[in-house]
Amino acid sequence: MTATTDQPTRHRPTDAATDDATLLGKEASRAVRRRSMRLLGDLLRPHTKALAWAALLVVASTLGQVAGPWLVAVAIDRAVPALADGSGTPLALTGAGYLAAAVLGGVAAGAYVRAAARIAQAVLLDLRRRVFRQTQRLSLEFHESYTSGRIISRQTSDLEALRELLDGGLTGVVSSLLLMVFTFAGLALLDWRSGVVLAVAFVPAWLLTRWFQRMSQRYYREQRTASARLIVKFVETMTGMRAVQAFRRQPTTEAEYGRLGEDYRDANLQIFGVNGRFQPGLILIGNLTVVAALAVGGWRVLDGALEVGVLAAVLLYCKRFFQPVQQLGMFYNAFQSATAALEKVSGLLAEEPTVVEPARPLPLPGGRARGELRLDHVRFQYGDGPVVLPDLDLTIPAGQTVAVVGTTGAGKSTVAKLVTRFYDASAGAVRLDGVDVRDLASADLRRAVVMVTQEAYLFSGSVRENIALGRPDATQAEIEAAARAVGAHEFVLEMPDGYDTDVNKRGGRVSAGQRQLLSFARAFLADPAVLVLDEATSSLDMPGERLVQRGLQTLLADRTAIIIAHRLSTVAIADRVLVMEHGRVVEDGTPEELVAGEGRYARLHAAWRDSLV
Amino acid sequence: MPPTDERSNRSEPSSEPRSELSTFASVRRLHPYVRTALPRLAAGLAASLGASLMALAIPRVLQWVTDGPLTAGARDHDWSGLAWSVALVAVLGAGEAGLILLRRTLVMFPGTRVEAAMRMSLFRHLQDLPVSFHDRWPGGQLLSRIMGDLGLLRRWLVFGIIQLVVSIVTIVVGVGLLVATGGWLGIIFLCGAIPVTVLAFRFSRRYRKISRLSQDQSGDLATTVEESVHGIRVLKAFGRGPDALDQFTEQAAELRETEIRKATTDAGLTTALRVIPEVTQAVALVVGAYLVAQGDMTLGALVAFFTTTAVINGPVVDLGMTLSMTLNARTAVDRFFEVMDTVNPLTDPERPARPEPVTPGRGGATGGHVAFRDVTFRYDDAARPVLRHVDLELPPGTTTALVGLTGSGKSTLAMLAPRLFDVTVGRVEVDGVDVRDLTRTQVRERVAVAFEDPTLFSASVRDNVLLGVSDDLPDAERETLLAESLEIAQAHFVADLPDGADTRIGEEGMSLSGGQRQRLALARAIAARPRVLVLDDPLSALDVTTEEAVTARLRDVLAATTTLVIAHRPSTVALADRVAVLQDGRVTAVGTHQELLASDPHYRHIISSLTSEPTPSPTSQEALS
Repeated sequence: MTATTDQPTRHRPTDAATDDATLLGKEASRAVRRRSMRLLGDLLRPHTKALAWAALLVVASTLGQVAGPWLVAVAIDRAVPALADGSGTPLALTGAGYLAAAVLGGVAAGAYVRAAARIAQAVLLDLRRRVFRQTQRLSLEFHESYTSGRIISRQTSDLEALRELLDGGLTGVVSSLLLMVFTFAGLALLDWRSGVVLAVAFVPAWLLTRWFQRMSQRYYREQRTASARLIVKFVETMTGMRAVQAFRRQPTTEAEYGRLGEDYRDANLQIFGVNGRFQPGLILIGNLTVVAALAVGGWRVLDGALEVGVLAAVLLYCKRFFQPVQQLGMFYNAFQSATAALEKVSGLLAEEPTVVEPARPLPLPGGRARGELRLDHVRFQYGDGPVVLPDLDLTIPAGQTVAVVGTTGAGKSTVAKLVTRFYDASAGAVRLDGVDVRDLASADLRRAVVMVTQEAYLFSGSVRENIALGRPDATQAEIEAAARAVGAHEFVLEMPDGYDTDVNKRGGRVSAGQRQLLSFARAFLADPAVLVLDEATSSLDMPGERLVQRGLQTLLADRTAIIIAHRLSTVAIADRVLVMEHGRVVEDGTPEELVAGEGRYARLHAAWRDSLV
Repeated sequence: MPPTDERSNRSEPSSEPRSELSTFASVRRLHPYVRTALPRLAAGLAASLGASLMALAIPRVLQWVTDGPLTAGARDHDWSGLAWSVALVAVLGAGEAGLILLRRTLVMFPGTRVEAAMRMSLFRHLQDLPVSFHDRWPGGQLLSRIMGDLGLLRRWLVFGIIQLVVSIVTIVVGVGLLVATGGWLGIIFLCGAIPVTVLAFRFSRRYRKISRLSQDQSGDLATTVEESVHGIRVLKAFGRGPDALDQFTEQAAELRETEIRKATTDAGLTTALRVIPEVTQAVALVVGAYLVAQGDMTLGALVAFFTTTAVINGPVVDLGMTLSMTLNARTAVDRFFEVMDTVNPLTDPERPARPEPVTPGRGGATGGHVAFRDVTFRYDDAARPVLRHVDLELPPGTTTALVGLTGSGKSTLAMLAPRLFDVTVGRVEVDGVDVRDLTRTQVRERVAVAFEDPTLFSASVRDNVLLGVSDDLPDAERETLLAESLEIAQAHFVADLPDGADTRIGEEGMSLSGGQRQRLALARAIAARPRVLVLDDPLSALDVTTEEAVTARLRDVLAATTTLVIAHRPSTVALADRVAVLQDGRVTAVGTHQELLASDPHYRHIISSLTSEPTPSPTSQEALS
């Protein structure tokens, strides 16, 4: 948004805005859950076979793990006496069994990790593409209400939360759960009374885990908030270091950063505190279970009702049972944030663009745009906001250069957005060569109509790549020709690597004016029938503007152009000037006619002449 | 490469700094930060060792109970031995849990406190370092140091060190016990344990390399996402969405390959960590059963062997991981000190000059004489100087427009006055004092700047505008200043914001248009009430009407303030009493607008409108007369 675009950024609640709301009605939150589960099902469906294979592997791996203590019991109670009787076969069999269980279980465990990763990564790639495509598909209206920061975090931190869950967490938890189930089953089969002891011990462990989940969920959320604030403050201070130092704000920023740092430390302490009680708590329960199993089992051994080997196995099982619980507790956090992330992402994916592709697109007459524009009684308002354009009726013949001037809020930029179909008219129609732009395939429309805005955005990459954005299949010669045509060739050659110079993220050493020239070259390369320049020359200095002016003559020749400008110098090259006021055209004529008259344009022009030499 | 300037510091960011120090020496540099935490860390270590020994003692009791009370008791129906051992296991088990609780409570405070202290000292240092440092170091590099590296250090201090010692002690004691009581079995276990530790260590190194790669790739992916959102208008305008999706897919697929490679490495380790110890156990089981059958070993010792290995297996794996974590912590320490050791070339003088104090809130009335004397400036990484032998006087109360082509060094010259950069040769004086003889605070109290690219912070409009105003000023006076400066900058839109001047702007607040942001930045510079005001093209994003209104009001304010204004357009030049022309790093002409128009062809080239050609047109001829 620029000073002179007509509308301030709007913050209208859309459906998507509710995705951040924490207080959802029961019905609504159930709907959100259903939506995200549907998405999950959708994502997993292509991988049914792989999922079945992974399940098989994890069962095999866990069985191998549980077999150990049972084989120890067998060895002690059967193989040792048999060996004493002179038969080595049971021992050999037990040893071989143990060996087989070890190798098979281990190999299955490794294979499971790999299989799970393949599925997880395929799902993630699919989801990443879906969200990215959706972002590109959604209309500008959506992007202006859903801040860029939020849509970026949907694609980065939210997907990261899902990745963390899938990457290791899920693998660990599935095997942990199975291990617990199998360990319990193994113990119960071996000696059901000890199974009862373990089942009783499970109750406090379960309660402790529930407590841990509740607390850590709250504290992890606090920690995430605290760390996000700390990061934002840090990045902001470092990016704005010039201003911080020039206005001597170091003590204040230091105090604020220190306070946020303390919040972060507190949040970390709370997490440490919860973990620091959960872990020893589980160890205590595990140890006391061993004590109980020893007391019960030992008493029965003394009674002759239980064999010593079985008791040994029982003790091993009890010790092992509680080890995975810790991992389960930790996993819950990852699970929670992944669920929340999935809900938000599914909300974004459920958004419908307001500007939609036609189901049955119409072709342009003659297959190629001539560039005649007609705004047929166009009425426009943003959502249910005030009416910006009440009733605009305007025809621009092919090849004409039209300048639109007027004060801030007059509706100039809205005209640009309608012609480029960033927005659709509320009533009436915008037609290109007689075809409603809503009936044109997006590819056709974009080939025919191109807009250059004030914020000449450069993508990271070389100068060449940035110009080639106008037409990706352009040759080096064509790219250079485009740069020459708009007067950018010289300064590009002066850059360290010429056309291969990397314009880094902040635009590097490319000045605002040079950036603008590059975006003109981009438009020149795209060679559209209709070109819209929205305040495109405002950041240029005089020599730059003069340079562009020449480029503009080349750029605008043979095509329809709409120039929105507050510098009247740019207007001079127009065939026709429209003065807009409150969404209406109040003056319409050639520059000469208007200057000769006594209207607004004449006054503006006079003021402008005065400001010059 | 240009010769290095003696006074500049040319440390460049790197992801893996190479330090000549050994890991121990490198980590020892943490001493000043951890000193006060050491007693608690040591106590935590002791508690931790106690817990491990108790855990190791439990199998001993089990052995004793199997061999003694259970074997004998079954014969004699003596239950007291069992009762005693049950009680003993209960005490040991509770003791282990209690000591772990104690250890975690002991170390959590010092761990987080050390992290916070290190973070604050790094932040302080970064705020002290000059703009040239920040131009060179990308924000991401600094962020990863202050969050990622320090977080790693915290975890290492809280878990790593203790884990390292405890793992070693547990393994040594445990293996000692195994060898002492199990004989051959202990040696068999040891044969399995050594490769496991080595593997775990090696794996951690390799895994870290792949994780780094995956982090870098997801960072690149995030950049693509960010650009695709910020540049959405361009992508939409040219219909390049599908191309962007293709590029994104390519990158995302690359990331997937890396992730799968990571999982494959992980899978290899999982297999090894499962197979090696279990195979060792299998061998031990057969040998042990044989020994028991031979009567060379008791049944209790065999039971104890298996319960003991259950205790040591964890530490054996942990040891490899913790060793690797220690190496990572060392890298984190190096990366931390890499920034901390950067010497600030732009420091306050030891004995600053004492110019007359600046009365807060007022200013401009007196003083404000600025002089650039034979100033030459070269950026550290540039081959040629940007400014060469610049001489320029800004008499008190005057407004000077600085005019020149893009790249002529205008902004650089402007940054020298508030001492955001120091001159390479020559001097900049404010009221007759070299700015290097003043503290940075003193200089910046006198000189305020409005930048071309207005930086606003996530705070209210009020806080943003009053950024340069002392917090000690009475509220009423602050409010007056706020209202006044907003009025001068024609920032009337503030009144229409949801909460007026209390509306939050920036990252998490309302987004403002470029022109609105620029007017707030201008209001900020005005509110600071400096003697010297530097305005870097302050009106570029304003439309004609607003520009005119701002200019009219600004002229009044500037009457009492020494002002240097960088101008690209005649309308901005109109603010100034005199104009200085900067060409190729030199001031080539100084004079009034009219004088220069008449005498200086370069000035005409820069400033004259499109309609007038380099030869004076009739209109400008008229203006001259």
